[in-house]
Amino acid sequence: MVTAEATIRTVPKSESGIWSWITTVDHKRIGLMYGVTAIFFFLVGGLEALLLRIQLARPENDFVSAETFNQLYTMHGTTMIFLVGMPIAVAFFNYLMPLQIGARDVAFPRLNALSYWIYLFGAIFMNASFLFNAAPNGGWFGYVPLSSDYSPGPNMDFWVIGLQVLGVSSIMGGVNFITTILNMRAPGMKLMRLPPFTWMTMVTSFLVITALPVFAVALFMVTFDRFFGTRFFDPMAGGDAELYQHLFWVFGHPEVYILILPGFGIISEVIPTFSRKPLFGYSLVIYSGILIALVGWGVWAHHMFAVGMGPIADSFFAITSLIVAIPTGVKIFNWLATMWGGTIEFKMPMLWAIAFLLFFTFGGVSGIHLGVAPADLQETDTYYVVAHFHYVLLGGLVMAIFAGIYYWFPKITGKFLSEKIGRWHFWFYVIGMNMTFFPMHIAGLLGMPRRIFTYSADLNLETINMIITIGGFLTGIGALIFAYNLIKSLKGPATAGPNPWGASALEWATQSPPPAHNFNNIPVVTSREPLWDDEAAMLEQANGEIKKPIHMPNSSYWPIFTAFAIVLSSALLMTGQWWAPLIGFGLIALGILNWTHEPA
Amino acid sequence: MNHTAVAATHEETSTGLSNFKLGFWTFIGSETLFFGALISVYMVYQGRSVTGPYPSNVFDIELTTLSTFVLLMSSLAMVLALAMVQKGSRKGSLFWLLATAVMGMIFLGFQAYEFTHFVHNGLKLDTNLFGSTFYLLTGFHGAHVTVGVLWLLALWVQALRGQLGQGDALRVEVAGLYWHFVDIVWIIIFTFVYLLD
Amino acid sequence: MSFRQPLLRRFAVLPIALSALSFTACATEYPQTTLQPVTDFGAEINSVFYLAFWLTMAILAIVVVVLGYVLVRYRSRPGATPRKIYGNNLAEILWTAGPAVIVVIILVPTVRTIFNTYKEAPEGALVVEAIGHQWWWEFRYPELGLTTANQLHLPVGRPVEIQLSSKDVLHNFWVPRIGGKRYNYPTVALPEGAPAPKNYKRLSFTIEEPGEYLGQCAEFCGTSHALMRMKVVAQTEAEFQAWAESMKSPANAIPEPGTLEERGYNTFMRGGCIACHSINGTSATFSSVGPNLTGIGSRWSIGAGTAHNTPENLAKWIQNSGSMKPGSQMTPFPQIAGEDLEALVAYLRSLK
Repeated sequence: MVTAEATIRTVPKSESGIWSWITTVDHKRIGLMYGVTAIFFFLVGGLEALLLRIQLARPENDFVSAETFNQLYTMHGTTMIFLVGMPIAVAFFNYLMPLQIGARDVAFPRLNALSYWIYLFGAIFMNASFLFNAAPNGGWFGYVPLSSDYSPGPNMDFWVIGLQVLGVSSIMGGVNFITTILNMRAPGMKLMRLPPFTWMTMVTSFLVITALPVFAVALFMVTFDRFFGTRFFDPMAGGDAELYQHLFWVFGHPEVYILILPGFGIISEVIPTFSRKPLFGYSLVIYSGILIALVGWGVWAHHMFAVGMGPIADSFFAITSLIVAIPTGVKIFNWLATMWGGTIEFKMPMLWAIAFLLFFTFGGVSGIHLGVAPADLQETDTYYVVAHFHYVLLGGLVMAIFAGIYYWFPKITGKFLSEKIGRWHFWFYVIGMNMTFFPMHIAGLLGMPRRIFTYSADLNLETINMIITIGGFLTGIGALIFAYNLIKSLKGPATAGPNPWGASALEWATQSPPPAHNFNNIPVVTSREPLWDDEAAMLEQANGEIKKPIHMPNSSYWPIFTAFAIVLSSALLMTGQWWAPLIGFGLIALGILNWTHEPA
Repeated sequence: MNHTAVAATHEETSTGLSNFKLGFWTFIGSETLFFGALISVYMVYQGRSVTGPYPSNVFDIELTTLSTFVLLMSSLAMVLALAMVQKGSRKGSLFWLLATAVMGMIFLGFQAYEFTHFVHNGLKLDTNLFGSTFYLLTGFHGAHVTVGVLWLLALWVQALRGQLGQGDALRVEVAGLYWHFVDIVWIIIFTFVYLLD
Repeated sequence: MSFRQPLLRRFAVLPIALSALSFTACATEYPQTTLQPVTDFGAEINSVFYLAFWLTMAILAIVVVVLGYVLVRYRSRPGATPRKIYGNNLAEILWTAGPAVIVVIILVPTVRTIFNTYKEAPEGALVVEAIGHQWWWEFRYPELGLTTANQLHLPVGRPVEIQLSSKDVLHNFWVPRIGGKRYNYPTVALPEGAPAPKNYKRLSFTIEEPGEYLGQCAEFCGTSHALMRMKVVAQTEAEFQAWAESMKSPANAIPEPGTLEERGYNTFMRGGCIACHSINGTSATFSSVGPNLTGIGSRWSIGAGTAHNTPENLAKWIQNSGSMKPGSQMTPFPQIAGEDLEALVAYLRSLK
């Protein structure tokens, strides 16, 4: 804690020790915690995938039982989407966005910490189900009536409760980031001067705060069916299972844009830096991102073409789904045009960005096939879809995340990730990923449905599945090499200065790693590429003599306390008694009251 | 005067709005989707209950009109409470904050009475689709009103302790924002659930 | 070390070549292939798929070529300076309009095909109800008064309308060589003889080639979703009628006295089976909880594709189906053993 007089000339000291991490409200530390936790769950989800693949390597295999397989595939999807994909983006949002806009922290630092602790406790809660051999087993999407009336036991209870809690964490994060970006920009940082990554942070956050509440309603309905005897989806009571599908996908489609837009933001930072050329058509890139988010609200039922909603509904959604491909394609062309005429440096972040361009486009192409509703009638619920979304996620999002990690690692740690180990990581991962997911297109077209714990030898899909499994292991090795690179490089020399890549955005003006207060003086911004237009001035403002008092938010243990109370209250619902969560509410109220009374 | 307030009134923001206010508007946007989905579910399932009781069997429109009126008037009280705080009038703040909270509690009392009456007439959460969707929607709304009442009472206690001065008007304004939102949601519920049956 | 661009380009070509190869996939080699349809429905779906496929391959090729070119031409070299270009309105308009045109080209036949696939089956179409259960398929022929399971006999050359429903959770009826799939939803039971309402889930098609076509459930429906398979037997009209007759009046329903099959018949009637199973021609015709066993002797599999239809598998299934199909809802019958079991198996296998 610093007083007004003391901050005029001194720099707040960075705290150390585990208590300082538990009570931190520093966006950089919270970002790091999100990142480490997400990478951990990436390995967990990857292990789940490899177990699935061992089972599917041969037809009629018995490596795992049907029940275990169903739990593994459900948790693989749930983990990768909710415990990895979304939090890793939040890790980046947290660490970088305040630096990019010239702020000292986010708008609500304690709320930020609360979001993280809810994520961590919620993730632990959901995975604790494995200890009881009762992990969720109804698919990551939890269609009714399987998830409501035909899944006795606690498995799907863990699912509905865990995801509800995680949704709360996400919404709070969304509110935080939107407020920060709109309200805490450095002088001169107009909206159309924001770095593209920050723009995508804002667009993604708008999607989060609007899509997750719809999922919350769907989850509440399933929860009430499971616990309180309602029959929201029972046709004998007048209900309809199709309603759940609509509610789920109204959330679910924006959700996939929530997953990918941060990746687009990262690519829009990396490619200009390593082409030494400004982003081509900045406005179009930003507007296309916004358009994707908006049009993305109108495509949800392309996940439901096999439902039989009628030709008008099917046509509408086929049309909107193909329309949304246009702004996506535009981005690819703008990125290519950024590289055109530049001088391309093949450093690790750029290798990943190039691979992203190629493999995300693969995924986009299969996505168009899925949007052609009649063709989708064959492809849906088969490995063709699995191929599509793994290409856009592992060939798209994950490659963008790797690009981002290799790019910003020097800023965060002052050290470089090893280029040499990086190339091993790259090639194992690229070859493995393609070997795993390319054949899945073929398996789907040859009649292999999704979510099956085994398949008949009659189908002659053994060779394809064996190739896929081997590819999976190569990908896994790539991921392990990455983990090794992280650990090894942390022990390397701190040779990165403020701007080792010669990039243009504000985060590269501060020291590497940045001090707790980010900038000695908040820079005054006069262009879209501040460090390309006047690096010396930016460095001087960021690192020179402190001219104004710096007030940093105080640490607090109320966020972790309140997060624990929230997850505990929700978990108490597992007892089956409606009043049990109310016990936790008292703790939540205690947390909130103390929180509001302590100084910010 | 606590630090949050000092920071809030003195912080410079890019939009000129305080972080708290802007953030809260964003949250309200999120809540709009939440209640929108709940209302949509109610409307999609209107008329599909296989067994009764049906809305016409249990609704007492006159009574609900009265409770709606009370909630509407509580919004007026909220506006006056904010004006009093902005003016720096301790007595006025105390009166109107409490009035808002009390009217909110009266509304909740009406809800409790109404729900008890419905249950006696055979409409429970699990009776039919009407019961399920009705209680889900109005139950969440009632929970939001309850949170609002608690918030107002907390502000009232602060005013009692002399901790709610003119510089704290922002916090009362944001509480008012929440309260008006909850009121508007009720108006929509009243219209689509009770009146347009 | 410079990036091995040619290697990356080679990598891009490989998957495209592979996909071209796969289109020659022989149907007998891949019994559930989507690429060898035998109905008008399947053929129409495929033609719009190929249109979208080749147009998007063209776009992909452009991206690959441009990317490859850029990586070679604009890699960092001593003395190279990047141009400081911020955008180009014409270029951006072109590469927005271009994809838009391709999208329209794909959408026109797409919408047309969508409407075609929803066309109502003509008068005289054979109506079949496909009812999903965890984890087997019930097939009813209302006009013929027949019920069977897991093996769907259909006539070639006559329009067929499948009406889809479920007795429990969501299922998804899919026979790839016939065409696309459609969900089975739990519905309120229709009154006897009443026509299905307009919004009932349906598939309609005409099979053009006789043969046997494998399919399976394509919506995760619980533990043994993977083992909810089926076979369509597409026959000439004459063969189909003969089959229907043999199902209505099965030859061996009540075996000769003194035979092993008769002992099996008695075991069936008294061992508890009739609580769930029906066999035409016997007095056990009231339960449809479990699959109808008329004609089970000539069915392609046991347990909806769980195991081959052999005496050993049938015996094992009767004693403990759960050991072959996790979660199976058929009660185990360990008490039917020894000669009784052998007799029961012989009886069932005689029902052809």
